[in-house]
This record gives sequence, structure tokens and C-alpha cells, in this order.
Amino acid sequence: MHLSARQTRIAGRHVANEPLWLRILLIGISGIVVTVLIIVPLVYVFVQAFGNGPAAWWAQLVKDRDTQHSIFLTVVLAPVAVLLNTIFGLAAAWTLTKFRFRGRVLLLTLLDLPFAVSPVVAGLCILLVYGMQGFLGPTLREWGMPVVFSWPGLLMATTFVTMPFVARELIPLMESLGSDEELAAVSLGASRWQLFWRITLPNIKWGLLFGIIQCHARAIGEFGAVKVVSGGIGGQTDTMPLRVEKLFQEYNNPGSYAVASVLTLMALATLAARILLERWTEYQLAAMSEEKEG
Amino acid sequence: MSISIQNVSRRFGNFQALSDVSLNVPSGSLTALLGPSGSGKTTLLRIIAGLETPDTGTVLFQEEDVTEKAARDREVGFVFQHYALFRHMTVFENVAFGLRVRKVAKDIANARVKELLSLVRLEGLGNRFPSELSGGQRQRVALARALAMRPQMLLLDEPFGALDAKVRQELRTWLRKLHEEMHVTTVFVTHDQEEAFEMADQVVVMNHGKIEQIGTPQDVFDHPATPFVMDFLGNVNVFHGRVKAGRVELGPFSLAYDAYTHEEPRNATAYVRPHELEIDRVATATSLAARVLQVNPAGAVVKVRVFAEEYGVELNIDLIRDRAAVLRLQSGDTVYVHPKTARVFMPEPEYAI
Amino acid sequence: MGSPKHRRRSSPLPGFASGLTVTVAYLGILLIIPLGACLIKTASLDWPQFVAAAWSARARSAYFLTFSTSAIAAVIDVILGTLLAWVLVRYEFPGRRLMDAVIDLPFALPTAVAGLVYSSLYVKNGWFGQFLIPLGIQGSYSRLAIVLVLVFLGLPFVVRTIQPLLGSLEGDIEEAAASLGANRWQTFWRVILPSLRPALATGFALAFARGLGEYGSVVFVSGNMPFKTEIAPVLIVQKLDEYSYPEATAIAVVLLAGSLLALGLISWLEARNRRYAS
Repeated sequence: MHLSARQTRIAGRHVANEPLWLRILLIGISGIVVTVLIIVPLVYVFVQAFGNGPAAWWAQLVKDRDTQHSIFLTVVLAPVAVLLNTIFGLAAAWTLTKFRFRGRVLLLTLLDLPFAVSPVVAGLCILLVYGMQGFLGPTLREWGMPVVFSWPGLLMATTFVTMPFVARELIPLMESLGSDEELAAVSLGASRWQLFWRITLPNIKWGLLFGIIQCHARAIGEFGAVKVVSGGIGGQTDTMPLRVEKLFQEYNNPGSYAVASVLTLMALATLAARILLERWTEYQLAAMSEEKEG
Repeated sequence: MSISIQNVSRRFGNFQALSDVSLNVPSGSLTALLGPSGSGKTTLLRIIAGLETPDTGTVLFQEEDVTEKAARDREVGFVFQHYALFRHMTVFENVAFGLRVRKVAKDIANARVKELLSLVRLEGLGNRFPSELSGGQRQRVALARALAMRPQMLLLDEPFGALDAKVRQELRTWLRKLHEEMHVTTVFVTHDQEEAFEMADQVVVMNHGKIEQIGTPQDVFDHPATPFVMDFLGNVNVFHGRVKAGRVELGPFSLAYDAYTHEEPRNATAYVRPHELEIDRVATATSLAARVLQVNPAGAVVKVRVFAEEYGVELNIDLIRDRAAVLRLQSGDTVYVHPKTARVFMPEPEYAI
Repeated sequence: MGSPKHRRRSSPLPGFASGLTVTVAYLGILLIIPLGACLIKTASLDWPQFVAAAWSARARSAYFLTFSTSAIAAVIDVILGTLLAWVLVRYEFPGRRLMDAVIDLPFALPTAVAGLVYSSLYVKNGWFGQFLIPLGIQGSYSRLAIVLVLVFLGLPFVVRTIQPLLGSLEGDIEEAAASLGANRWQTFWRVILPSLRPALATGFALAFARGLGEYGSVVFVSGNMPFKTEIAPVLIVQKLDEYSYPEATAIAVVLLAGSLLALGLISWLEARNRRYAS
């Protein structure tokens, strides 16, 4: 999605031929929309979180042991989910773009399915398989591997919901790059790992990073699926978003906003990383096209 | 190294790309696979390279059956149609790739790459990226990269397809010279008959997944084996008539035709190249009256288009300039045309019981 | 000639078997088995039980609310998104880059944070609520609240779908329309908008899908009153809290089927549309 947004900018801007008053009106309305819908809420988080000063904010985060644990849990779980989905995304994109086989379209469709499944339904499904009353839950529990109401369940829920992000970023990219370079490398004697590390990865690294950033943002923020499988055991299975809700329900607004502000900072960091990445690839593309013309 | 293709077939879904193709490529030769798109020539090339597996049939290099051998182990240099240069690597690293993945010692590899870059006349461009090169330069990088491992054979897929006419001509001559120096068995795919004839020792004409004819350029040009080859080699005039008792009758024309001596007449089609038609100002018993439509004197030969009203056919005729100067044709002139020679093809007779 | 042996066609590229194994295993463990379990669980109910669970008055009103608020929010997103994309692509103004950047925030911001903030902005003494509530506009704990937060979440989907297409529209089609005598409004309405149609449909579908499944933000802002402001995902969680798994599952299956049907329909329309467009 952002890849194409990048292209827009390269394509150059159109000469605006609307009269000035119309332009100002349209820009004005857009400004109001963005301010009301996005900017004010963003500012509000920080106003609430830092209303009593940075010290109070800090105290909210570190004094409460459950909050501390929720931060720990999110910071550990999200990268693991992203790692799993990255491996999956690479495998799926490779399989689905480099080969044509029966069932390929079916797999592509399945990949999109998590977008259409409500996170709550996803959580419920995991509960049904791995929960105590589920199909595999009791067995797993006997083996000392409880899934639901403990971290494996949270990881599963997070991974389910963020599953398509890396693959969805890579598939169109690898499709458009084609297989010629890989075939050339094979005919020159490259082994499978040489092929991947020396040819494929350098070509897709920015797209991959985009997918990872996107996936990570969603993994941190996942709420519905995680809530269903977590059981809401404070200090054990609450991730940061769940902690926000719990503090809110306990009428602990400063605590809730403190955690929310950390999540918002993470979101802003994600945005910043994405913009930097966009600029960088844009710059490279521009440099390349200049060279071509020159 | 010689290549032997034996009874190779390949199907893609409902499309029969190759059906029962057999071919020998002698060691050290330069062979062209010539045909229209969809004729199976690229599939055949990729099967030789191991980039495609045949459904049935075998591929031999010398005596060795390599049909099951992976592409990376065949030691074949392959030049892709759009070059497939590694866009994130410099020219130098592109050429060095094969040596690097085979862990050739660095100094040996670097020396080899330098040697190759000078061979393809790209010294000094080693640090450029593919995007910074012209089409002809990219083509030469692809060639150098394919030659880096000293392959036993070189395969090129439409090597000059994406280049403009002038560069194309230069590269053809250069590649032909390179081949004479190195004597690597070379097979290239093209849809351009001129290219095939100019460069190759052996031309393989393909159509609909089958080989129509194999021969030297001269063979193929002078003795086309099938109407398709005749037609594909360019600009021909087609006459429909019949054969009988050692003659072929095409309307007013009558030519000797030794291949059919029976009394019973049969339908036949004759193909006459534009330079094989003669124009006269005066009529003879076996010439065809025609009206000149257009005269195009800009070229090595003068191209004349005439219309024979009696038969409703338009003919293309090439005249050498001296002859044209004598005739001084104008559009609208009435002239008399007769063929010096013709290639006659008879459809398979339909036997009735 | 002997019968030629038939070979397995293999690609010269490696990794098909292992890649396929990873892909299928992963999809199987995380997607197929859980979704399958959901269906099996539902199958354990007989028809009257299923209807009682999935088609109660409360459930019906939850479905209706889920689909209607998502659809309304998606329509608003399409309108606002087109405006924003238009302004971002065609005009140069101070703050343009900032605007372009923050539009992605709803992608990145955890939905719980969005819910938390939206729930307090529109209450009686909230920043917006203090002005809106005297006017009778309840932007919190109401259906409007659900639409508002869904508009927020869906906005970037629409903008980012339309933006590239709008940017790639050739300036000369506008000039051509103008030279044929169309005024600005006609040009927009008859030339530009129709060529955006596939992107508008895609943007709508994405925003709509996002709304259908949304739970995290809505649970904060809606008040979750049965029959009034309770959406289907909230109802499912409610049933789970009561340990009525079969009921929760039945509702989930209906929601899932509804989402798939709606999205299938949209993508079918889109494909048809695209055929006309190209």
C-alpha cells in the first residue's frame, strides 16, 4: 500500500487547475478532518499521560508490577510473532511467486483470510482447539504445555492476526521482480542459500522491512484475539493493550493513559521508521532513474 | 561439447510447446534456433540449459545423459533474453558471481573477471551498476557473466532482441568473431532470419513445437523443406496451380518440375522469391500481364509492386538497379512478368478408396 | 519406439518442497485447524439450538449494528479519503507532508488506545463533548461513537488505495475532457471519478472489513448495551465470559460467514468493475 504511495510522489504532482478558493476550501476541510480524527486524539493521549508531569507518568509505569509485566510481555511476544510471520512470509512468498502449482490460488486466498476474520473470532477458534474444553487443550495441559490463559496462547493469537502482513508485502514485490535473476544465478552455479542470501534477499530487503514494521505495529496493538485467549490474569497474561483496558475499567485513568502513551510512542516510532524507509527507497529509485536518463 | 536432443516433448497445460523434437548440435558449432514466437525454440533452449525439464525424451552432452542433471551442475553459460543481470551488484560482481559461488580463490577470480571485461570491451565499467549501462553494454555483461566459468557451451535467448538496429548489427559481427576465437558450442534463439543466416553454421527452423528443417543457412534458404520455411524466410509470392508430367503450370507460367512425372495432374503451390521474378516490357507466351502499382528505388535493390488483374494477385518483385535503370518503370505501366524459378510444394495426396 | 518414461516436472529453482511444507503447515496449525474447530463445534449443535444461539433477537441486533456501522463508516471513509487523497496528490501546501504522515497513524496505533481516547473526547466534559453534547450529539457510548472510531480506523485504507491511482492519472485526460468542452465539475464527475472506481471499491472493502472485525476500540467507546450498542464481536466475548462456548461459536460462525459473503461480493463487483475499467 505504501509502496504505491511512494510511486505517487515520484510520478510528480499535477498542476492544480482548480481556482484558489476551491483549493483553499478543500485543503481546509482536509485539515479539519485530519485534526479532529487523528491529531487531537494523538495530542490528547500525551496531555492525559503527562498531565501531572513526567515523574508521575514514570511512576505509573514502574510502580505498578502488573503494568511492568504487561510491558515485558508485549516487548517479548511481538518480536517473536513477527519473527515467525517473517519466516512464514518468506516461505509463502517464495513458494507462491516462483512456482506454479495446483492449489496455489487456494493458498493465496487462505492468506487473505485473517483479514476477514474478526480478531475475536480468531481468539475463539484458538480457544476451541487449545482451550481446556478444546480438542487438544487437555492433552497439551497434561504434557505441561498449556496454551490458553498463558503465553503460548497469546503468541498464537498475535501470530494469527498478523500472519498475512509480511507475505502480503512480499508477494506482489517478488511477482513483479520475476525469477530471471534467480534462474541466472542457478545457471551460474549458486546453491539454494547462495541464491537466497545473494540474490533474492538484496532485492526484497526494503519490502521485507516494510512488512516487518507493519506486522510489528499490529502485533504490539493486538487486542481482541489476545483478550479472548488471555483470561485476563493480571501480572501474567495481560499485554499492554489489555492493561490499558483493565486500568481504564478500574478508573485508574493516569495509569491507563501512561501505558497508552507508551503504545502511542511505539506507533509513532513505527510511522517514523516507515517514513524514513520510504524516503530512503524513494531516494534510491530517484537516483537510479536519474542515472538511467543521464 | 556436442549436444544431442532425442525425442523431447514438453507440454504446458494445454499448450504443446515441443513435440518429439530431435536435434544434434556438433561440438564447436554455432547453431540458431529460428522460428516465430510460440514455436518452442526458447523452451528447447531452456531444456538444454536445465532450466526446464522435458516431459519425455533425453538430452545428451557428448555421451552423457544430462536430462536429470540440475542446471547448476551442467556448466552451461546462459544469456537471458532480458539479461537478468543482478541489479544490486556492480558489473564486476555480476561477472564474478559464478566464480564467487563456486569459491574460486579471490585473486584468480578477479583476474579472470578483468580478462573477461576486456574481452567484452567493458574495461573501466566494472564499478557501474546494470542500471547505468546501455542496452548493448548490458548484453555484453550478460555474456561475460555467462563465460566466466569457461562453460562447455553457450546458450543465448534472443540475444539481440532488445537492441536497436545499429547496435544489433555490431554485436552480431562481434559475437560471430568471438565464437571463431573461442569455439564454444553455441546455440542461440532468434525470430529474425537475417540474424540466423548471418551468424549461424547451422539453422534449425521451428514451428508449432516441431523442427521444420535443419541445415546450413544456404541449404535452408535455397532449398526450403516446407512451405512454412519458405514463407517464414520472408517475402514470397505464392502461386496456386497444378503439376503434371514433369511440368508445373501456374496460370500462364509453365516451368520444368522433375519431381513429379506422372500424367495425372495434382494441385500444387509454388513459391517465388521477389528476386526470382523477371520483368519485361514485351509479352511472351509464358508471361503474365501486370500493372505497376509502386516503385521503391531507395535500397540495394529496387522494389516493385505489381498487380496482375487477370488473376487478381499482387506480386512483389526485386530488381537489381541496373535492370531497373534499363526498364525505367513508372506506376501505371503495363509490364510482363515471369519467374526464373519456383519452389513447388504438393499437399499430401488425399487417397480415396 | 519404446514407451518414453514420463518425468516429474521440476523447476530449476530450489525450495519448492520445503517452502510449500512450511506454508501449508503454518496455515494449517494457525488457520485451518482453528477455523475448522469453529465449524465442528457449531456442527455439534442441532438446528434449533443453532438458531436459538445465533439468531436470537439480541444477536440479530448485534449483527445489524456491526454491519450497518461498518458500512456507514466505510462510506464516510470513502468520501473523506477521496478528499484527502485529492488534496495530498494535487496540492502543495504547508503541512502537507505532516498530513501525509499522520494519515497512517490509525494503521499503527493500537486500537485500545484509539478506543480509550475516543471514549473520553466525546463525553460531557471531554474536549469535543462539551460543545457537541449541548447540541444533542452523543459521540460517546452511542452508535455514533462506534461509527466515529471506525471512521478513524478505516481512513488510511481508503486514502492509501486512492492516492497512487490518483497520482498516476494522466494529466492529459483532464485536458482532453476540458478541450471537449467539459467544465471542471463534469470532468471530475464523468472522467476522474469513474477511473477511480476500482480503487474506491477496494478502499471501501478494506475499511468495511476492518470495521466488521473490530473489537478493541469499540468496546471502549460504545457502552456495550445489548440491543442498542452491542456489536457482534462484543457479544461473542460476552458469551465467552459466561462460558457459553457453543453460543459464542454459533455467533462467530454467522459473523464469519457474513464477513466472507460481504467481502466476496465486493471483490466480485470489483473484478467486474475492473473489467469495464480496463
